[in-house]
Amino acid sequence: MTLPFYVAPEQLVKDRAEYARKGIARGRSIAALEVQEGVLLLAENPSRTLTKISEIYDRIAFAGVGKYNEFESLRVAGIRYADIKGYQYGRRDVTGKSLASAFSQTLGNIFVQGPKPFEVEVLVAEVGRTVAEDRLFKVTYDGTLYDKRGYTAIGGQADELSDRLGDAYEATPGLVEALALAAEAFRDVEDRAIDGWEGALLAREGPPRRFRRLTKEELGGIATPE
Amino acid sequence: MTGSLLPLGAPLPGASFTELIRSLDLAPEWALGPDGAPAGFQPPDATTVLALRYDSGVVMVGDRQATAGYDIAHRHIQKVFAADSYSAVAISGTAGLGVELIRLFQTELEHYEKLEGVRLSLDGKATYLARMVRSQLPMALQGFVVVPLFCGIDPDDGTGHVFTFDAIGGRYEERDFGAAGSGSREARAYLRTVYSPGSARTEAIDHSIAALVAAAGQDLATGGPDLRRGIYPNVVTVTADGVEEVDETAVAAAAERALEVVR
Repeated sequence: MTLPFYVAPEQLVKDRAEYARKGIARGRSIAALEVQEGVLLLAENPSRTLTKISEIYDRIAFAGVGKYNEFESLRVAGIRYADIKGYQYGRRDVTGKSLASAFSQTLGNIFVQGPKPFEVEVLVAEVGRTVAEDRLFKVTYDGTLYDKRGYTAIGGQADELSDRLGDAYEATPGLVEALALAAEAFRDVEDRAIDGWEGALLAREGPPRRFRRLTKEELGGIATPE
Repeated sequence: MTGSLLPLGAPLPGASFTELIRSLDLAPEWALGPDGAPAGFQPPDATTVLALRYDSGVVMVGDRQATAGYDIAHRHIQKVFAADSYSAVAISGTAGLGVELIRLFQTELEHYEKLEGVRLSLDGKATYLARMVRSQLPMALQGFVVVPLFCGIDPDDGTGHVFTFDAIGGRYEERDFGAAGSGSREARAYLRTVYSPGSARTEAIDHSIAALVAAAGQDLATGGPDLRRGIYPNVVTVTADGVEEVDETAVAAAAERALEVVR
């Protein structure tokens, strides 16, 4: 009978974290900003069909970076979670907080127990009636859950991008202003032309389902560098 | 729900919400024993709903009454619902089953749209609804029949379509109008005499409410517009701009006209 090798928990966590980080570092970043009109999500995405930003429920959106099949399975699971909850109870009972915490629990479990950690970071955004009620949650590969205010970023350059957004973000901007500001931050951090935009808005007002993708025209204003 | 974890390990039922909740043992069930329902057990029935095509879409109307035998169970239930942004659905038959069926259908369409990134085609929606009715067949054979009515806009050609169903799950596309429920025979008879293809919106709304008044005039279970209590039919239109509820003052005015016209 063979005994499994003993691996110290510190070592296990360190190895897995390193593995996951390496995967995420290759992923292009996504930013989220609270704006007057709602919550803006902006990603660099060369593909027009494989999206990184998605509707989850009435006021909640999802964005993921890293390995496509992994964040896609998380997106699908998130939609299932939200739709089941909304069907079993009521539409207002689906909240960004419970969803973010479910992502956190799930990623945390996979990090410790799974054959390999997910190489992803996800973002859960929820629009409120007022800016003060907006919620931005960021969940990392190990299940750590961050509650952000105003703006946040995920992906390979998340920290730099977040810092740059912080420099430029003052009082809650309008949508157009925020788009320009975020695009500028992307260019500064990446130091190159951006290879296609994907954007979406969770509108503060309107019919129950608030998620809409930004049109080519809306994104057109930021398409060309300088 | 699987605690606080995401249903990541759920079997993969594709984009179907019904299959998903079935796989998690959360699907609604109304299993009756081999003896069926006891005598005298009579849950409320939703009565008359109808839909007709006009030049730019479809109008769908439902009365507000739920009837149990000779008793009015509810005076203002809702039988006409937006199924998604470009289609509407209405129910007749056992109200409790029907309302749940619609909730499931609405969730199903939204779930599919979010997972796949595109809406189901109009045909796809109607087929799926037929399948949901078919799955109710054991209940229907025990006497608890649900028959929906479905209408919507085909995004490809921008025209309205009406689908009727039967208790078995048969699905039929109608050329001009369709109706379901206890007063549907009377409503169809009325519409047959006044309907003309390509009529305008207001005319279509007037005709559909008048047909409901005609149904209420003959069928005890159908509740026509109740001016004294201020209870009016639910009226929605589906056009290329989406599903729109016709506001109550317009419905009230049409109802008053209809009560004048229909003897």
